[in-house]
Amino acid sequence: MTRQKITVAVTGLNNIDSPGPGIPVARALKESTLYDVYIIGLSYETLEPGIYMKEFVDKTYQIPLPSAGTAALKERLAYINSKEKIDVIIPNFDAELHNFIKIQEELKSVFGIATALPTLEQFDERHKSSLGEFGEKYGVDVPKSKMIFSTNDIAALGQEFGYPLVVKGKFYDASIAATPEQAMNYFHKISAKWGLPIIIQQFVTGNEVNITAIGDGKGNCIGAVPMRKLYITDKGKAWAGVSLEDDTLIEIAHSVISKSKWKGGCELEFIKSKEGIYYLLEMNPRFPAWVYLAKGCGQNHPESLLNIALDQPTEIQKKYESGKLFIRYSQDLIVSMKDFEKISTLGEF
Amino acid sequence: MKVNKNLAISENGFVFNPATGDSFSVNELGVHIVNLIKEGKSKTEIIDSIAEEYAAERSNIERDFNEFINVLDNHQLIDSND
Repeated sequence: MTRQKITVAVTGLNNIDSPGPGIPVARALKESTLYDVYIIGLSYETLEPGIYMKEFVDKTYQIPLPSAGTAALKERLAYINSKEKIDVIIPNFDAELHNFIKIQEELKSVFGIATALPTLEQFDERHKSSLGEFGEKYGVDVPKSKMIFSTNDIAALGQEFGYPLVVKGKFYDASIAATPEQAMNYFHKISAKWGLPIIIQQFVTGNEVNITAIGDGKGNCIGAVPMRKLYITDKGKAWAGVSLEDDTLIEIAHSVISKSKWKGGCELEFIKSKEGIYYLLEMNPRFPAWVYLAKGCGQNHPESLLNIALDQPTEIQKKYESGKLFIRYSQDLIVSMKDFEKISTLGEF
Repeated sequence: MKVNKNLAISENGFVFNPATGDSFSVNELGVHIVNLIKEGKSKTEIIDSIAEEYAAERSNIERDFNEFINVLDNHQLIDSND
């Protein structure tokens, strides 16, 4: 079968110890059986390793940081599109998604660039700070949690949830506090770094299991593969993991994606308690960095995302192979100063 | 007793539980016992089978067998209540 030639831009080229999903997404797309994909990398920093990984990324352009706003992003994408004629953009960072979601209609109508992104409402309702309401709305168990703005609320929540409890930043960071003093300490540390509010969450014991999944925005979960981390870095990232066989978990994932009419890739993080209850801890609004495992197990989620973005028919994939492991490794890329100079001075390489 | 669905056990005694992602190594006798449980044999039948092959007191075999079953149960590899 002839593969359709297509140009896809991806972000998240930071293939470091806390990796972005860009390279795994690009790798899965390069192995697509439907599309012959030319990958445009969109980078924020000149030392993002993906810029120099030419087997996965054909050409890279720097884009403005999310804090520069949508106008700067559109202006830069207009330039890149005039050079490359992008068919689809796959943003892979939490922090940039807000901007991309806001301009998704314009990307399509003005530039002809397709995306497969959730709506702003869907994006906002799965924020960590709204987990309780999210669980109730979509019928999934979540740990008790409360958003607080002051350490004065810790004592009462400590009594309600018991210790240990989890102290979380609104977007990033989480620490387990065994005492009220520790909880206050983490409150100050995390709020100093990421701001307020802070989320106090009930600590649920059990096994952490994660799912990479994709929804078509019409209530169909196109694919879902569960994974358990086998090796975790000091930053809490999976360095190795194994695909699981768990019908209940798959059913929960399908239900959440279906009821929320989620569009695009996502990662659902669960704790399975000893009693066998699955508590949803987080729903990340993009593919996880381990999404290539899904491809390795027989479900190419990034390829499915292209089908969704381009309004092509895409089959619901239920089969996958359990017991497949991913193991990350690090390797030094040797890069010439000329190549580094190009991305540093011209903003493209 | 019932071995959990889709438990994978190799000839070398490497056991993978696809439901939890855990993997273990068991010895030759361990493989033999898990396979007998898989075949649907009862506790008495399994102990009889071991007693035939090994020159050991039946009470010792029974004690070690129960201990092994507890380990399998704790790791969710079998359902011993079934």
